[in-house]
Amino acid sequence: MLLPAEYARYEKHLNLPEIGVEGQLKLKKARVLVVGAGGLGCPVLLYLTAAGVGTIGVIDPDTVSISNLQRQVLYTTEQVGKPKATVAVNSLKKINPEIRFNAYAYALDRANARTILEEYDLVVDCTDNFTVRYLVNDVCVMQEKPFIYGAIHRFEGQVAVLNAVLSTDDGVRRGPTYRCLFPEFPNQMEIPNCAETGVLGVLPGVIGTYQASETIKMITGIGRPLNEELLMVDLLAMSFQKIKVRRRLDAEAAAQRGWEEGNRVPAPQETPKSLTAVELAERLDQGEEIFLLDVRERPEYNICHLENAVLIPVNIIANNVKRIPTDRPVVVYCHHGIRSQYVVDYLQKEFGFSNITNLQGGIHAWARDVQPEMEVY
Amino acid sequence: MSHRVSVQFFGITREIIGASTLTLDLPQPGRVGELLNSLKAQYPALSGLRSLLVAVNGEYAEPEDPIQPNDEIALIPPVSGG
Repeated sequence: MLLPAEYARYEKHLNLPEIGVEGQLKLKKARVLVVGAGGLGCPVLLYLTAAGVGTIGVIDPDTVSISNLQRQVLYTTEQVGKPKATVAVNSLKKINPEIRFNAYAYALDRANARTILEEYDLVVDCTDNFTVRYLVNDVCVMQEKPFIYGAIHRFEGQVAVLNAVLSTDDGVRRGPTYRCLFPEFPNQMEIPNCAETGVLGVLPGVIGTYQASETIKMITGIGRPLNEELLMVDLLAMSFQKIKVRRRLDAEAAAQRGWEEGNRVPAPQETPKSLTAVELAERLDQGEEIFLLDVRERPEYNICHLENAVLIPVNIIANNVKRIPTDRPVVVYCHHGIRSQYVVDYLQKEFGFSNITNLQGGIHAWARDVQPEMEVY
Repeated sequence: MSHRVSVQFFGITREIIGASTLTLDLPQPGRVGELLNSLKAQYPALSGLRSLLVAVNGEYAEPEDPIQPNDEIALIPPVSGG
């Protein structure tokens, strides 16, 4: 039942015959999990809160950083350094105190995903990495739950409603999953120009707002959601295209396999992301067993390298992840510490390595501070 | 008679090709997989993409699907940003 205060708050929804009291009650009863409270998560959370979705979960391990504020419109400069999930919920409560919020200020991972998703009817995928995206897909497929997918790149975005129940003349079936669109976990390291790409600040606003709209349509059962269509948005050309997509026969098996593989899931413990050449030398002197990973090219390695270092050049890392141990510390280095930092971020984010550290300043710093007789280039 | 098709590029494929669209004259009618292979030969970095959705005239296409003159093809890689 709607309370008098809710009649006032949702007046403009109630005036729409498509929504009305019945639709507003469906929103009130709905339980939605928003995975990621970044660029996409901010508008999704703002609009679902304002629309009166009764229970909203927010999961994000990150803290607000200054470079988020260009597009993550839920946060303020004073909130830099604070956990996004908690900060978001505190602000959202002020917008709509009628909503029940659950803040999870940690990463969605294999250990917690099934338990957390179990609590919700619908998931909105606003994550910024493939590991969590595939995890959301696999668990949603296993739990027979629809999810609203959104993702962005520079000026472009993608939106789709995945794994939804479709009623057709032939009966009931389910729509495509994320693995029906992109069966293979992407291999980012083989893509050239691995420098971090930027993003137009307003882009996640556009895409996230579409996700919120599709979420509300799914809950209230109105209109025609993007059930078997992938919406492609290009803000530079201001073009919008819908690609027809179908569920593959192996959707369930692919999700099950993805779940069982499970080697790309972030481990919970945090390690410092870099250390200095002197710190590394001290640890090696103390006899600590450290796997030294050189990600430069062969000719560079031939000029100079750390003793016992294993060479896996940056462009073939993705195919050689199995060679990197998980049972002891790994220190990655290159010439000046830039390529290796990229590898550290990649391995942590996409494969869940928690034992990986970057050598600050690369082998150049090592030659300068530890081993002055080493040949430099 | 030439078999002219247009190819639209999204995400990282746009950066690999260096353009958002290309018009290609195919020597003969072919299949999606063949078109993809010839693009990969010309732009080897495309081979690094393990998942690449190809659409023909706004519809998901498999490698064995045929390409006709004037078809509109789109290459859509996964994107991770959020």
